[in-house]
Amino acid sequence: MSKRKGKDTHLPIGECITQAQQILRERFCQRKLPDRPEGVEAQHRRLLELLRRTAIHGESNSVLIVGPRGAGKTTLLRCVLRELLEDKDVQKNLLQVHLNGLLQTDDRIALKEITRQLQLENVVGDKGSFAENLAFLLEALKKGDRSSSRPVLFVLDEFDLFAHHKNQTLLYNLFDVSQSAQAPVAVVGLTCRLDVLELLEKRVKSRFSHRQIHLLSSLTFPQYLERVRAQLSLPDHFPDPNFAQEWNADVKTLCEDKSVEEVLQRHFNSSKDFRSLHTLLVRLTGISPLVAVGSTRVIEHPVWNNPFQLPCLCRVSVSKPSIRPADLLDASRLCLADAKANMLHGLSILELCLVIAMKHLHDVYEGEPFNLQMVHNGTPTHLKEEGGGGEKERGFFSCFFCRTRLPRLEFKKFLQRKSNSMYNFEQPVVMKAFEHLQQLELIRPVDGSSAKTQREYQLMRLMLDHSQIMEALQKYPQCPTDVKQWAMSAFA
Amino acid sequence: MKYFTRLRVRRLYEWRGEPLSFNRKLKTYEYGSLAIRVEGLPRTVVIKAGQHILIEGDDEDNPYVAKVMRLLGDESGAQKKAVVQWFVRVSEVPLGKLKLLGRVPHPQEIFLYQGRSCDDEVNAESILRPVQVKHLDAAAPFPDSDDKETLYVKLSWDSKAFGVVDSALVESGCNSPPCSKPSLPPSPPRSPPAAAPASRGPPRRALPTPDLTVMRRAAMAEVRCSRVSVSAGKAAAEAESLHSATKLSASKCLSAKRRGLSARTPGVRKKLQLNSECEQASPGSRPANPPETKEEALNRLLDEEMQAVASSPPRSPTLTYSLTPLRRADRAHAAQDASRSEAFGVLLLKAATPSRRKDPKPVKEPALGVLAEVDDEGSPVLPVAATPRSSRRKSALKVSSRIRKQLSLLDGQLDSDGEDEDEFVPSKKELQSSSEEEEEGDGEEEGLDSDEDVVAKRSRGAAGCRTPRSSRKTRLSNRTPRKTPSRKSAPGTPRTPRNAMPSIPSRALPARQPANVLEEARTRLHVSSVPESLPCREQEFQDIYSFVESKIIDGTGGCMYISGVPGTGKTATVHEVMRCLQHAADMDEVPPFCFIEINGMKMTDPHQAYVQILQKLTGQKATADHAAALLEKRFSNPAPRKETRVRLVDGLDLLWTRKQNVMYNLFDWPTRRHARLVVLTIANTMDLPERIMINRVASRLGLTRMSFQPYGFKQLQQIITSRLNRLKAFEEDALQLVSRKVAALSGDARRCLDICRRATEICELSASDPSALGLVGMSHVMEALNEMFSSAYISAIKCASTQEQLFLRAVIAEFRRLGLEEATFQQVFVQHQALCRVEGLPPVSMSEGLSLCQRLGACRLLLLESSRLGILQRVRLNVSQDDVLFALKAD
Repeated sequence: MSKRKGKDTHLPIGECITQAQQILRERFCQRKLPDRPEGVEAQHRRLLELLRRTAIHGESNSVLIVGPRGAGKTTLLRCVLRELLEDKDVQKNLLQVHLNGLLQTDDRIALKEITRQLQLENVVGDKGSFAENLAFLLEALKKGDRSSSRPVLFVLDEFDLFAHHKNQTLLYNLFDVSQSAQAPVAVVGLTCRLDVLELLEKRVKSRFSHRQIHLLSSLTFPQYLERVRAQLSLPDHFPDPNFAQEWNADVKTLCEDKSVEEVLQRHFNSSKDFRSLHTLLVRLTGISPLVAVGSTRVIEHPVWNNPFQLPCLCRVSVSKPSIRPADLLDASRLCLADAKANMLHGLSILELCLVIAMKHLHDVYEGEPFNLQMVHNGTPTHLKEEGGGGEKERGFFSCFFCRTRLPRLEFKKFLQRKSNSMYNFEQPVVMKAFEHLQQLELIRPVDGSSAKTQREYQLMRLMLDHSQIMEALQKYPQCPTDVKQWAMSAFA
Repeated sequence: MKYFTRLRVRRLYEWRGEPLSFNRKLKTYEYGSLAIRVEGLPRTVVIKAGQHILIEGDDEDNPYVAKVMRLLGDESGAQKKAVVQWFVRVSEVPLGKLKLLGRVPHPQEIFLYQGRSCDDEVNAESILRPVQVKHLDAAAPFPDSDDKETLYVKLSWDSKAFGVVDSALVESGCNSPPCSKPSLPPSPPRSPPAAAPASRGPPRRALPTPDLTVMRRAAMAEVRCSRVSVSAGKAAAEAESLHSATKLSASKCLSAKRRGLSARTPGVRKKLQLNSECEQASPGSRPANPPETKEEALNRLLDEEMQAVASSPPRSPTLTYSLTPLRRADRAHAAQDASRSEAFGVLLLKAATPSRRKDPKPVKEPALGVLAEVDDEGSPVLPVAATPRSSRRKSALKVSSRIRKQLSLLDGQLDSDGEDEDEFVPSKKELQSSSEEEEEGDGEEEGLDSDEDVVAKRSRGAAGCRTPRSSRKTRLSNRTPRKTPSRKSAPGTPRTPRNAMPSIPSRALPARQPANVLEEARTRLHVSSVPESLPCREQEFQDIYSFVESKIIDGTGGCMYISGVPGTGKTATVHEVMRCLQHAADMDEVPPFCFIEINGMKMTDPHQAYVQILQKLTGQKATADHAAALLEKRFSNPAPRKETRVRLVDGLDLLWTRKQNVMYNLFDWPTRRHARLVVLTIANTMDLPERIMINRVASRLGLTRMSFQPYGFKQLQQIITSRLNRLKAFEEDALQLVSRKVAALSGDARRCLDICRRATEICELSASDPSALGLVGMSHVMEALNEMFSSAYISAIKCASTQEQLFLRAVIAEFRRLGLEEATFQQVFVQHQALCRVEGLPPVSMSEGLSLCQRLGACRLLLLESSRLGILQRVRLNVSQDDVLFALKAD
């Protein structure tokens, strides 16, 4: 792909790579703002105009920015604010209040936060009750008027969550201020819910100006490819232009690669937003993703919980200063890997057997819940039968085999093939394994049948699909064939 | 023993003595005094006419203050009544009006109540005990005594403005009963009453019944002026103060007459005439003098003065007493002589500004002459200087007594001049201060700038140090409602949040004015810009106006329920009505009232309604329960001095509580006999009373209802046109389109205005050349309408990624298979895999499928259960299947 030219450059190659990594890390992890908004120019202009009118003319406004997750709502707003604050007039005048529906979970907290951000705390004091605070803030806003007070920008992130506050008091009052001759305010709500207006109470809705800015990306694949390239390229002002040129050329060839294109196409099909793209690219460049993303992401991609899988991504090293298609494939595979299936790989054989038994139960009863006793009677029965005393203990599990008219002979044959030692488990041990599965949330109790029933009889549901179990079994290291076959057998 | 009420004692009320008179028509006996005995205590308190008393009121700590005029009992003796002259405490004056005072009221300050809308007959059994009331000159400082029991009167209050109080009105009564004695300042030996003790002895003692000669003189003076309407009580009061010196009495009569005059004739011409009359009359006690010209009067004055000077004997301490009247007279002449020009010139100049300023205030009653010099100085400059002068009687008393001491040591002519100066100094000061106050009062507008400066300074981080200027402002802001500086307390003087007034800081740079037609139109179309009048709501306006007006005029209470969907102008109309009524009240067309507004949406809890009402009524702060109790007491007690209150309750449905006691109270108070409360309630649903109210609440709400219909398209069009006010920014068709569209959807005027504003923006954006802006046309309006009304679902589906679209199709396929509108993710996922195979796409993993599903759920294209359920969560569509298919087919 590329030959090193480290000796000709001004900077040592290691330095260059550190720099490059630095830049990419800022881009993907620290949410560095793009120089100019991409693909949302119209919306950008509209929002900018709107906020500028508030800041300069003192006109009250309210607007909602609606778009799916990761569509760049916050980025858009931040870009607009950055541009707006370049104006000296605005910078001196505009007061900003940023609220987040996930943080300000009720109006009391939100009011406290508003007071804090408007720096009115010293007046209010800590003692004020909720009612007093509200009266106080409203008084403050009422005192102002269009031409003399400083305009206040209220940014409500996760706007829809504010609509669930009691009586929507905060929203009503903010919108009411924006519709009456009081201090000029601009209320900007960010939400991903398309039906957000239906959440608003009718009086609140009437006071909202019904301006909505939709951020819906109508990106085509070539544009997406171009975006990937731009994201990976180094900027012109990179300290070592030679290295930058080389790197950019590498990236270009990378994006033209057939397999890479395929992978990206798959990602594109799955989701068009930047955030998922960033997740992929973060993996690609080997930047620890845990720095950048919140815990929700980690849960969505449990692979990251596995520390062994991270180092393999840091492949951009001194010896190999470019990204290879294989890296991208690896990264993509990690991104698209099934989380639950990965979790199955960590289970013991006993736990796996339980899971398989549950799967059979699930199949037979078409998703009806089961309890440990049913499972236990299922698994150990055929495990113990060859031990001799199995006939009387043969319970439910064997019965259902009869009922489902599975050839019992075949089943018995399966049992006889097993070795004695391996599957002889005591009841408490099975119980423990069962609880472990519950902790992993591979099974979960049915709602309502919680504390009162004995643990063995608590009804459970399996949280795994066939395909996941089968896939896991395929990949399970040194999985006994008889277990595999047993798992397959129920499909007959 | 501080308050009887605290002890919860039972009081016994008994008449003392036989009735003085019997009124046949009313069948009432008039008594001289009333004895109040507290059960279990030997002490008896006697209340006599003319005494100041405390009357049980809403607030135990602040009982009402009044002066007993008469005590009446009926034949059976069961009912005891008292006719009183009311005083108001500071707390009873509406907060907004307190600003008119222009200073911080003293906690023990009370005002003579001269409003009309008050019943002056009270149940005598509500009398608590006598109280000391002192009259203070307006300029005199409040004495720093620890005596919490004494109240001070400086000004009167007629529910619109403060006026100057006549000391006679306050204190005359105090002369007779024992309680009044201490209320007079310890009179120096040479003060007028004591000036001629020998000769004036008997009449002095017979004070309660003023001597006949004085009465006659006063009456004559009145007759001469053809002002018969001075009340007997006033005349008597004047007469009482007239008794002191024979020589003076004539001028006193004149001053009484003058008071009558000026009280009735604010015109300057009359006053001038009066002026000359005073001049004629004052030198000699010749009430029947024929009118003279000014010069003649002057000459005569000079002559007489010469005589007086000549005749004044050498001073000796023994003689001073008897001579004082004379000397005072001559001093007066001297003052007139020496300072006539000066007084006219100087005082006129100085007084010109403030007195003109104060014109709108009710006519101040000039000083009832207590001292000769007051009269003499007052007379030449009366028309202009009366206002400030009369308001410093107490200080004048003190000053004059002090001066008289000096006078006894010095020679007449010279010290009269000096004294004259002395006399003028305080008045000058006062004039200055009052004019200064006025200046600041009306310098509100310019004050804004400086205010801004202060705020700007503060916002620049210097929030810590408070300039003396701003602190002064803070004090001033009592009177200037638009000012806001008091909100920020300086750290140096930590203030309780109670006093702190919050505010958004002022902007550093002024807001830019609209530059072109479209911007102008946008400003006018903003919902917040209050229109001059509300078009299309004339009928509703009329109805509400007449309802409230009739209640106010009758002094009764009532409820009205107003309903209508949001944006139909309910609150705006009520506010408009209130503005008009307030204006009418200012013009004296209807009795004064006060207007309180509460909004359910601006409250955190229904019970906060009590707190807010109480705070807006009295400025008190209390917890919800306490406030409820106070209000209950306030509205149920027969408190006579009450103006009608109009209360607007917005967002009634939010005041709903399980027991509905908030609503019950709100509607129950107006039905109380003494409440004088008009309640206007606003809510959205027409049948709210039937739906959420229990019977006893709904019944109290009554049947006065009004419903605001949504605006029709013609009305909406009219609203926009009237707002635009002949500003040509829209095409006619465009306006019609907007109004028709909105009328068809909701009839919400706010929506209509918002769309128009948005259309102007679109127009501005689409114009290639900013100088050549066209009118807002159909296309712009259409675009705005589409933006606001079209649902984004379809475009969201169109913009979704391939897999997301596939998932939606899988959902529909699964629904079709199940015949239900609901499926678990697992079931849908099976379909999804199948579809992937059909489409030739690589199958997605379960995790990926789940995240697809979550993304669609976050947009609310799908409705999902909690994501913790994983593959078991149930999936429903939030859009109709047809919409999904349409959106997917369009590709």
